[in-house]
Amino acid sequence: MYQTTYHRASSVDEAAALFAKGSEAKYLSGGQTLLPVMKQRLASPSDVIDLAKIKELIGVDASGDTLTIKAATPHYDVATSDAAMKAIPAVAYLASLIGDPAVRYRGTIGGSLANNDPAADYPAAVLALGATIKTNKRSIAADDYFKGLFATALEDGEIITAVSFPVPAKAGYAKFPHPASRFALTGVFVAQTKSGDVRVAVTGASQSGVMRVGAIEAALKANWAASSIDGVTIPASGLLSDLHGSSDYRANLIKVMAQRAVAAAG
Amino acid sequence: MGVEGIGASVVRKEDKRFITGKGRYVDDVKLPGMTYAHFIRSPHAHAKVKGIDASAALKLPGVVAVLNGKQIVDDKVGNLICGWAITSKDGSPMKMGAWPAMAPETVRFVGQAVAVVIAESKNLARDAAEAVVVDYEELPAVANVTDAIKAGAPQLHPEAPGNQIYDWVIGDENAVNDAFSKAANVVKLDLTNNRLAPNPMEPRSAVADYNEAEEHFTLYTTSQNPHVARLVLSAFYNIAPEHKLRVIAPDVGGGFGSKIYIYPEEMVALWASKKTGRPVKWTGDRTEAFLTDAHGRDHVTHAEMAFDANNKITGLKVKTYANFGAYMSLFSSAVPTYLYATLLSGQYDIPAIHAEVIAVYTNTTPVDAYRGAGRPEASYLVERMMETAARQLNVDPAALRKTNFITQFPHQTPVIMAYDTGDFNASLDAAMKAIDYAGFAGRKAQAKAQGKLRGIGVSCYIEACGIAPSKAVGSLGAGVGLWESAEVRVNPVGTIEVLTGSHSHGQGHETAFAQLISERLGVPISQVSIVHGDTDKVQFGMGTYGSRSAAVGLTAILKAMEKVESKAKKIAAHQLEASEADIVIENGEFKVTGTDKSIALPMVALAAYTAHNLPDGMEPGLKESAFYDPSNFTFPAGAYICELEVDPATGKTSFVNFVAADDFGRLINPMIVEGQVHGGLAQGIGQALLEHAVYDANGQPITASFMDYTMPRADDLPSFKLSHTTTLCPGNPLGIKGCGEAGAIGASAAVINAITDAIGKNNLEMPATPDRVWRTIHAA
Ligand SMILES: Cc1cc2nc3c(=O)[nH]c(=O)nc-3n(C[C@H](O)[C@H](O)[C@H](O)COP(=O)(O)OP(=O)(O)OC[C@H]3O[C@@H](n4cnc5c(N)ncnc54)[C@H](O)[C@@H]3O)c2cc1C
Repeated sequence: MYQTTYHRASSVDEAAALFAKGSEAKYLSGGQTLLPVMKQRLASPSDVIDLAKIKELIGVDASGDTLTIKAATPHYDVATSDAAMKAIPAVAYLASLIGDPAVRYRGTIGGSLANNDPAADYPAAVLALGATIKTNKRSIAADDYFKGLFATALEDGEIITAVSFPVPAKAGYAKFPHPASRFALTGVFVAQTKSGDVRVAVTGASQSGVMRVGAIEAALKANWAASSIDGVTIPASGLLSDLHGSSDYRANLIKVMAQRAVAAAG
Repeated sequence: MGVEGIGASVVRKEDKRFITGKGRYVDDVKLPGMTYAHFIRSPHAHAKVKGIDASAALKLPGVVAVLNGKQIVDDKVGNLICGWAITSKDGSPMKMGAWPAMAPETVRFVGQAVAVVIAESKNLARDAAEAVVVDYEELPAVANVTDAIKAGAPQLHPEAPGNQIYDWVIGDENAVNDAFSKAANVVKLDLTNNRLAPNPMEPRSAVADYNEAEEHFTLYTTSQNPHVARLVLSAFYNIAPEHKLRVIAPDVGGGFGSKIYIYPEEMVALWASKKTGRPVKWTGDRTEAFLTDAHGRDHVTHAEMAFDANNKITGLKVKTYANFGAYMSLFSSAVPTYLYATLLSGQYDIPAIHAEVIAVYTNTTPVDAYRGAGRPEASYLVERMMETAARQLNVDPAALRKTNFITQFPHQTPVIMAYDTGDFNASLDAAMKAIDYAGFAGRKAQAKAQGKLRGIGVSCYIEACGIAPSKAVGSLGAGVGLWESAEVRVNPVGTIEVLTGSHSHGQGHETAFAQLISERLGVPISQVSIVHGDTDKVQFGMGTYGSRSAAVGLTAILKAMEKVESKAKKIAAHQLEASEADIVIENGEFKVTGTDKSIALPMVALAAYTAHNLPDGMEPGLKESAFYDPSNFTFPAGAYICELEVDPATGKTSFVNFVAADDFGRLINPMIVEGQVHGGLAQGIGQALLEHAVYDANGQPITASFMDYTMPRADDLPSFKLSHTTTLCPGNPLGIKGCGEAGAIGASAAVINAITDAIGKNNLEMPATPDRVWRTIHAA
């Protein structure tokens, strides 16, 4: 690790001010992505501004038709949150599948979404549920937020403060883990909104990051049943291909995991 | 026997310090004035080193030196050696390219060191390493044997034209051809045995300390065999004469073979310590482990087996290409020859076997012995062949094995090995019973109704362990003898220290070896300490690998113990005014049989050291040593059966059951044996389903971290059901065969046989990843 200056911010405003002062500052949340990268000397921030202790950034609550997860809430807290389990059990379940216990105790939803790893789990839920990403400056709709591999709509220094998920009629997540990293080799989140709309988002499979799958959405809109996906063809073009999953295997997994997600959603 | 004697599952003495973080590993060593080494490694698989500019690095704070490959060659540090000479079928010696500790001119695999920075801290050394500019001229590279043997392939070493190290044969080719010409059936099989990265928990580490006034070196290193390290460093690498070099291998966190070898980093640390006048520490990180720890396996094989009309095997022919990587590691040459082809008879009575092994250089990390070393490759081949044959001949795979089992012992195979004893039917029967083999068809049908493909796979392995009779291995080209040494010291107050040439890096010797003393003397193991891993304390010994420490190392201790007991009995008889023949040892007492006269061990020991009243002419003291050279290998064997389900939609495999019935001869500590089997099975299953060290066509490693290399985790594995069917090894007095490698040797074939049974297709390579299995299921 290169030398860096560590700051512990006690409010979002203080964090933003510290960021503005640093020459090449970085926010630190759970550190599960940033710290390994720094240890490998692949990142060399001048200043590291810790968000994880900012009280206004921690907590899960459900009110009315919305589940809100604040940005610095660790995955473990989401996985075990009564509010999340009641409002959108598929989100709590998704959080329980992230990494291992050590990662879940530290890693946070804000860090995961800011990082936007193409194999991360949360982006699938955020996109499928049409969630809103709240920052210290604005609100960003999920459809406008994800911009490809590790790229987002966030501006330099912008802080994610919370994510609000509209509570759907039905939702389910099915993940086929990458054998080595246990990120998603392919993960599919399916949701039926209270107005009857269907949104399906896939993570881990596409060369351009988390994506919606129109063909499956249409099939499920016509008939919300796993079997209605039987006839859908997923093209392998544009999908990732690597040691652990060729693009046609991933295309197959998109279908199979979508069916399992529907089965889980009930 | 006492409660802590042979056969008792005593809790491991050493675990307290390991579990409470009080172990003392090489990286825990801190010496005054110590500096830190960071290696500059090639990012290219094959390149010329045109120049190294360290001028900017040398100006940075805390930099002590930047040393390079040219300097280490100029200082006459020897090139790395290979300790086993193999002769090709045309009579020519193996063709070995030079391997200097740091590359002076040419790098041949990604990760090979070209220079080292020595600095006041680890971080400063890393900073400076980034400021060293290495000018490489890239050369074309080749990463697999198929490409490396092609005409026009990039050439690695001028010494080895066509990248071929040797083309070695064993067995009677005419007899095999004759068998095939008369065969009723011939079964053919093409296999690859996937390359593995050993990944012990503790990465390699070395601390070198040169004392100029004494011209003496101390090396702390992560070694499975510190004396062999000292020997090689002295005799071949010109570091220092043996008496001026102390090698200490303290607590070592796993080895699996990868810590047998003497690596460039240790040589450089010693040399750099002398050059800088400062102690030098190097500790590798996980990426360096992936890049530089010797890998295992990596064979491409074609095999054919001939059967007569009664399904009896009449012949086996095998042709294997072994990928050696870029250099010949210390025992690399022996692994695909004498540790592999000599086991191709498996548990079967095969009258004629012929094998050809072609060793090939590629631009990859060097390959050497890894848990099982050659024997997993042999066992995988033979057991997949038996399963393939059963399918082709349309007979039950267990029945086909039984038709061909060796049942008379001793049995001379056509490939050198003379099996001393065994009962292969007993272990297969035990495994079949444990898994309810008879009920499998019903379970398969039930699974099918639920959309799952269920399969069962058998693997009957045999291995040659207790490595090895020195005379035999010498005649086959080994550069060392493979005996073991021991010294038993009874201290003046009756506590006991055992000095062993074996080295424990997770095997539990401190407990198991003490149990022998407890067994013989009836003292608790708390009165016994096992001393190992320091060339200044322990007499020369050969170290731990090849499941040899109990069969060879512990037998050496027994031999020394017998001498101690004999002398102690003489002293006791003298003290008790009895005849030596009437003295028996019970519960730490020397008793005169049939009387109530006795003397406790501490009193005998004290008498030995006060020497006030010893038998006439007896030397004082109670300390004896022994060197034990076995008369044969030992032959652990057993049967593994795996039952699993495949999800046809994803290709994912889930275990239903895994049973192991092993014959290890006598067990010293069944709990430790069980742990060894669990670990071995995890590695065998890891090879079958998960692990693969992969290079792209240009020799770039693409699995150099745990994000890409699938290390087995607890939830990848089933709960194992273990049992033992025992025939005592006649080759050593304790009847021990060894248990350290069995799981890794036998497990992978059981898994692949079960998957191919489940999916009804025979062609499937390891690792059977979900993608591969899915593709195989749905292939036309
Ligand atoms: C072994 C391991 C296994 C893992 N497995 C999985 C898995 O299966 N699925 C999965 O989805 N993820 C997995 N992860 C990643 C994990 O979920 C991380 O927690 C996540 O990617 C980053 O979250 P963090 O809180 O640790 O962020 P950090 O590492 O602290 O930060 C990541 C990036 O986000 C920025 N950032 C952090 N918080 C904010 C914020 N509030 N606003 C703006 N920018 C911010 C940081 O500046 C940094 O650039 C794994 C990680 C590890 C180490």
